[in-house]
Amino acid sequence: MLDFELTVNGQRYPVRAEPRKLLSDVLREDCRLTGTHVGCEHGVCGACTVLVDGKPSRACLIYAVQMQGHEVTTIEAVAKDGKLSPLQQALHEVHGLQCGFCTAGIVMTFEAYLKENPRPSEAEVREVLSGNLCRCTGYHNIVKAIIRVADEGSDATA
Amino acid sequence: MKPAPFRYHRPESLAHALELLSGLEDAKLIAGGQSLGPMMNMRLVQPAELIDLNSVPGLDLITEKDDFLEIGALARHHAVSNSSSVKTCCPLLAEAAGTIGHYAIRSRGTLGGSLAHADPAAQLPLVAATLGAQIVVNGKRGERRIAAKDFFVSMMSTALEPDEIVVCARFPKAAAGDRHAYLQFSRRTGDFAIVAVACTLQDRKLRIGVGGAEDKPLVLDGLNPAEEPDAIARKAREAVDPAENPRVPALYRKELVEVLVKRAVARCLTSN
Repeated sequence: MLDFELTVNGQRYPVRAEPRKLLSDVLREDCRLTGTHVGCEHGVCGACTVLVDGKPSRACLIYAVQMQGHEVTTIEAVAKDGKLSPLQQALHEVHGLQCGFCTAGIVMTFEAYLKENPRPSEAEVREVLSGNLCRCTGYHNIVKAIIRVADEGSDATA
Repeated sequence: MKPAPFRYHRPESLAHALELLSGLEDAKLIAGGQSLGPMMNMRLVQPAELIDLNSVPGLDLITEKDDFLEIGALARHHAVSNSSSVKTCCPLLAEAAGTIGHYAIRSRGTLGGSLAHADPAAQLPLVAATLGAQIVVNGKRGERRIAAKDFFVSMMSTALEPDEIVVCARFPKAAAGDRHAYLQFSRRTGDFAIVAVACTLQDRKLRIGVGGAEDKPLVLDGLNPAEEPDAIARKAREAVDPAENPRVPALYRKELVEVLVKRAVARCLTSN
């Protein structure tokens, strides 16, 4: 067991965990931030995507102990004061989710991507979205929501 | 899907990392962890000691030198594919790095990790072999510079000694007028390619690299660009000897090599 501190969503969490404990599990079990979902646990599905120093990363391919000195951002930090981010609002309005299991990972991926490329083409959106598996919607409305946020030219950050 | 227990080490200098690597039994290096992570989660690999290179400073730099472009082992794929130096000096590398896995994988995965992992279908070993890059490694015996053609030995096997760490890779710079093409075929976006083809046209010499077909990248050199792309593609098809695989028959890979080489050559000859 190791004792270390994590910074998640600007807040410090003291953690006692084995080095092998995945960031996804520490977020959910130790930090009690269960918005980060765990799907495939080998980097394929994208459900556990969080931001590490602002960059999208699979939380299942990082050991929590590696995150000392880094800033982790999860889905819990996206809505501010109960107000959804423009991307979350768009997903809500155009029915960009059904069961919602993949949604947190998609939101984290595109919160980062839209900062880098605020006006992506549909092809670019689909290329980036290929890293997040959704088994309900067929992606159509997810793409629609992301394009809507981009078209509105609104800042995708909350 | 949880890794087996290991002891964790976080060296803050290359010297300390090298010391740990040669002093510890059954140690493995981790950089981006985008290949090692899944393998450890599936318990295909169970190292006793994990040495995390992410806190070693200065290993992620991209530096333009007179004769080559030097890219640090910790440079992330996303940084490589978006770097203006790489786009200018090594456009084939920038293009290929932008096709690795997915956005989140590219944000974390590293150049050194991909080279050391040496997946025969991966983009960076193919580009390094095609361009004739040099892999710079450091170990007990000091620094070694290994030509890509000697570095990749076979499937996931390299010329790296157990005590050595990939420090950077040096890619020859493209000259004005050089052309390139990169094409790959996979069933889903982000999958490893079934076959990938990199092609360069420099000084009226055509060079073709084929990934995914054999246990390491295969490079066909000194081809004549005046020949028909069809004929060059047939030569490439004859040159590869893919292994039979129940899901991907050897014949299918040969077909893909022919088609992709033909398209890559045509693109090389017509692009600017």
